[in-house]
Amino acid sequence: MPVDVAIAAAKVLFALFLALQVMGLGVFFERKVSALIQDRIGANRAAIFGFAGLGLVNTLVADPIKFLLKEDITPAQADRFLHFVAPCASLVPALATFAVVPFGDVLAVGGRLINLQGAELNVGLLFVLAMASLGVYGVVLAGWASNNRWSLLGGIRGSAQMISYEVAMGLALIGVVLTYNTLDLQEIARAQGRLLWGWVPAWGILYQPLAFVVFLVAGIAESKRIPFDLPESESELVSGYFTEYSGAKHLMFMMSDFVEVVLVAALVTTLFFGGWQVPYLAREGFHFPWGTAVALPLLVVALLQVTAVAVKAIAFTWLQIVIRWTLPRFRYDQLMRLGWKGLLPVSLANVMVSALLVLLAERGA
Amino acid sequence: MTAPVFLLLAVLVVAAALTVVAHPSPVYSACALVVTLFLLSVFFVALDAQLVAVLQVIVYAGAIVVLFLFVIMLLNLTQPESRPTAGVPVVAVAIGGGIGIAALVAAALRRVPPPGAPVLPEGFGDTAALARRLFTAYLLPFELTSVLLLVAIVGAVGLTSRKG
Repeated sequence: MPVDVAIAAAKVLFALFLALQVMGLGVFFERKVSALIQDRIGANRAAIFGFAGLGLVNTLVADPIKFLLKEDITPAQADRFLHFVAPCASLVPALATFAVVPFGDVLAVGGRLINLQGAELNVGLLFVLAMASLGVYGVVLAGWASNNRWSLLGGIRGSAQMISYEVAMGLALIGVVLTYNTLDLQEIARAQGRLLWGWVPAWGILYQPLAFVVFLVAGIAESKRIPFDLPESESELVSGYFTEYSGAKHLMFMMSDFVEVVLVAALVTTLFFGGWQVPYLAREGFHFPWGTAVALPLLVVALLQVTAVAVKAIAFTWLQIVIRWTLPRFRYDQLMRLGWKGLLPVSLANVMVSALLVLLAERGA
Repeated sequence: MTAPVFLLLAVLVVAAALTVVAHPSPVYSACALVVTLFLLSVFFVALDAQLVAVLQVIVYAGAIVVLFLFVIMLLNLTQPESRPTAGVPVVAVAIGGGIGIAALVAAALRRVPPPGAPVLPEGFGDTAALARRLFTAYLLPFELTSVLLLVAIVGAVGLTSRKG
């Protein structure tokens, strides 16, 4: 029993560790990509003994220290308790979601096979949606508790936006569930290890391309970044729902946005790009379609898989960063129109067509 | 669920539920309602009903109470509501209702089989088992409920689009 508890704790901690590492790299990329796109030299002002590390020192050492040491101000008219709770309510659900994202197949330790996933829930996908819907509270409460009109407007915009895009996101996921017949993210990742026609990895993008597009767009909207950053749009609302936050609490809001970016990347990877699957890599080693087989120990396979999921997640984090620095901000009516009149009908149609195809496939088989 | 965990959760959930009723600020009441619903879903998890637990969070804690908060903020009910002191009839109804509910709970508890190791059927509480029941034995009530929701949606749209 204590061994089981230790294993469970280790798995959850590793999932969190992996997510935060990808997030740290993502923040670094954000600074560098934005500099590249805006044709300037970015993030090179801080150095330790002359070592700037391309800006790594800036983003991973200097910035956090700066945020943590800044004065933490609570406005005089604010609701002190909720003002304090809001950043936590924003960050915790985003981090908790990583518990159900699988980061590998299995690992053998002391004669037992360990499933490489933080928490084995048979309702994993619904857990993702539940945590996404709880994430709204941080935004709403921050907006209200600050007792500032800009904050309140930002909070209200944020809640309307997140609720609207959750609908399309959930419907996009139904297509995925129809394809894989399970809500467990680990089972979904395993199912993508099959090969089509003997050589094409059967990743979700091939079955559910529309769901991928809808999920990615809705996911970016959930993370409240440009082009969906109306809750904080600095040209109208100063900084929206976190105008009245400073120091570490401000950092927590920025972090939760970025954790959501990594989360969307991890979920897109798991649902549509094979998760931890490396093409032609099975539990025993590589089986290439031209007949070559390379046997590998289970530990090496697991390491390759963890690397694969991290690399894919970083790639999609990168994609979201490029989108963020390329597109202009939507107008509010455009945002609502895209959500309700664009993504929602598309995802509904996707559910219908997927259901029909699944039915035909079952009849045919 | 072990007894200490149950007791801790029970105390927390009752405290949160009392806050919903007793707190003067509507925003705090709504937040306490979220906490109550979330803790209830923990009970569902402990009872091997993961699906019910997650649905509880998605539908109630995640969607419905957010709309409550949304409305409270739009109306900007920052001032705590002044509470009229309850008259004798209100107190009488409250006490009578409380006794009635206590009697119902007591009657229900008497019919529950004595505690022992309950044998759950294979796949109890998982999505597939629940879905199978829902789409076979309970298909008609399920579809009727969706019609009811549709009626509510049409009604809401009708009310908002009325002129004047």
